[in-house]
Amino acid sequence: SRPPSHNIVPTSLILCATYHSEGHSGQYYTLPPTHIQKLFPYGLPPRFQLQIKTFNEGCVMVRPPALELISYLKRADYSKPPLRYVLYGDIGTGKTMSLCHALHYCYSQGWLIVHVPDAHLWVKNCKELLPSSSRPSRFDQPIQASQWLKNFKITNERFLSKLKTTQRYVWTKRESTEKGQPLGELIDQGVNRMKSSSDVVGAVLRELRLQAGGATEGEGAFKLAVAVDGVNALWGKTSLKKEDRTMCEPEELTLIHNLRKMMKNNWSGGAILTALSQTGSVFKPRSAYLPSELLGEEGFDNMEPFVPVSVSNYNEKEFESCYLYYLDRNWLQHPHSRSEEGKKELIFLSNKNPSILERLCAFL
Amino acid sequence: MAASGCRGVRSILWKYGSYGKNLFVSRSKMVPQLPLRQIYVASSLWKKNLAAAGPQKFTQEFIDKQVEEFEVGKRHLANMMGEDPETFTQEDIDRSIAYLFPSGLFEKRARPVMKHPEEIFPKQTAIQWDAEGRPFHFLFYTGKQSYYSLLHDVYEKILAIERHQDKMRNKGLFTSDTKQILLTGSRWLLKEEIEENLVENISVQDYMRLIQLMELLLSMPYCSLEEEFILKFRKQLEVQSSKYEIPALQYDPQGVAFSVADGRRKSAKASITLRDSGSGNITINGRNYLHYFPVLQNREQLMFPLLFVGMMGRFDIEGSVEGSGHSAQAGALRLAISRALLSFVSEGEVEKMRQAGLLTADPRIRERKKPGQEGARKKFTWKKR
Repeated sequence: SRPPSHNIVPTSLILCATYHSEGHSGQYYTLPPTHIQKLFPYGLPPRFQLQIKTFNEGCVMVRPPALELISYLKRADYSKPPLRYVLYGDIGTGKTMSLCHALHYCYSQGWLIVHVPDAHLWVKNCKELLPSSSRPSRFDQPIQASQWLKNFKITNERFLSKLKTTQRYVWTKRESTEKGQPLGELIDQGVNRMKSSSDVVGAVLRELRLQAGGATEGEGAFKLAVAVDGVNALWGKTSLKKEDRTMCEPEELTLIHNLRKMMKNNWSGGAILTALSQTGSVFKPRSAYLPSELLGEEGFDNMEPFVPVSVSNYNEKEFESCYLYYLDRNWLQHPHSRSEEGKKELIFLSNKNPSILERLCAFL
Repeated sequence: MAASGCRGVRSILWKYGSYGKNLFVSRSKMVPQLPLRQIYVASSLWKKNLAAAGPQKFTQEFIDKQVEEFEVGKRHLANMMGEDPETFTQEDIDRSIAYLFPSGLFEKRARPVMKHPEEIFPKQTAIQWDAEGRPFHFLFYTGKQSYYSLLHDVYEKILAIERHQDKMRNKGLFTSDTKQILLTGSRWLLKEEIEENLVENISVQDYMRLIQLMELLLSMPYCSLEEEFILKFRKQLEVQSSKYEIPALQYDPQGVAFSVADGRRKSAKASITLRDSGSGNITINGRNYLHYFPVLQNREQLMFPLLFVGMMGRFDIEGSVEGSGHSAQAGALRLAISRALLSFVSEGEVEKMRQAGLLTADPRIRERKKPGQEGARKKFTWKKR
């Protein structure tokens, strides 16, 4: 059946991402600007952020992988340990976008979001690598950690005053956070004192793990969504070097170590959504896209058991929808691109790959 | 001398520059031709200026001896190859020599060759005066004795034909529709070629005068009497030697039509199977074309033949390509796709494709590096002193 020419879902369905279903597959829905600001300060793919700025709105296409993920999230049992979902697929097929879509669903349901926009950023191009203050054999990344804490604060503001620490954390001889302090203070500690920010991240994650499954009803009830993009970075190689010029292992980085603990399903009351990524990965061939290839043996063993969700290129209907959206927004300005032959050319040249299509239409 | 020769050749080539096509433009029309790319150049341009070589370096006895040796050698070669010495042609000789002396040299002219001494030793003028200094030929003092004697011969023939015409008129048997000489598929010899035959330098005006006389001869109704003489001055144009035959349309066990074709570009070789069922999937070397050609330009190259013919979503393409770089591989695949499409497409479309340049193999090849230079064109740093 032909999708409607104006294929943007009406405003009434924006907030209720719960109502997205297979019938809406191929249609676009708008992300409210407030949500984008809060939830995705750095979460969305960079080209999509540019598109939001250009079109003055963020429209995401509803696609089967995201719908699948959301349906699993709806049906999961949250008293059990969290299920791990891994989005995998070829480059440019829309893994990050599907992840963001699912995350938006979680946010609109009132979950607490722990979102690592790109784990690869933590294993490469690190300007400052400090030896850890707490443990001798670990390395800290103060800039990345404090950046992440800032984002976390923006996303989950309403939870910060509600949650309390369960134990005393000692940062230095003079600084410590007492038991029972609100989480907001912990985060401020990390943001202000860069040196201990990585450890603060670890503490925050630990607190969340302990408290996620806690009170099912009542004041402190919340569900925890851990979203990591580029999860293969956690078990791959780093491109960082220690002072004696040897390569750094991922375990030796505090952030990575703590995140790995988060990936284990020894807590309850939430879900772990991850997506693989080859584009940012270090030392991985371009043709690798399956979980076994990108995660490696160690990663695969750690992540098992997981629910794999495959993401592929657009099918006919979705391509049609994307094409109409660009037409609608006057993005395709070349007169030939508006004709049938132009559309066939676009199909051929992009092979219905979302990112290639987007790059192609950018200069038309 | 050489410069004027070149200019002369170019002016002639502009008028007769239709080597690859079987067109003959009669010189009397003088329609300005579109500039055509000279791929082939008359071999006479390569040869040295014979008249300037000077008096003969080889005596006639020497040449005769060489001819004798050649004939004997030819019979020996025929015996060696187990063939009949009587019916051993030049082609057979070439074949046998290529077999007995295989050469890996790229320059064809440097390979071993066995040809009649007439072709090997350049034609040269014999001594044109006797022991007392008296010239043999009556036109010696014109300076271009063979040229003028040729003109005399042609005029003689014209006069002979006119006399024949008068005789026929007297008998009452004069008809205008006599047997005409077939001129299609041949061209007049070039000035350089005539110079080669006469072993003399002639000017452009001389050449034009000669051609005018020949045309006059041709314009007479009974010119077929001198057909043999005229054809000596015409050269057969090469037939489109690289005429590509359309690959046959084969059928799968399922009844799906498919065709196979090859293509080359620089040093990349590609081979394509074009299947009719399909939905526009393209697989190259087992990988999707989007992965194999991340660059947009290469995918556009693949798209062009299908877009031109208008059969975009109709075919499934399975290809294998090797060699050279990504751009050359894309070019090779494009040629292969165009060739494979020929069997699915009508005659008119084939002509259109040819004119669009889809069926022409790109002749550009990596230029050789020369000694004394960094690369093909780049020179070493020029130092003033």
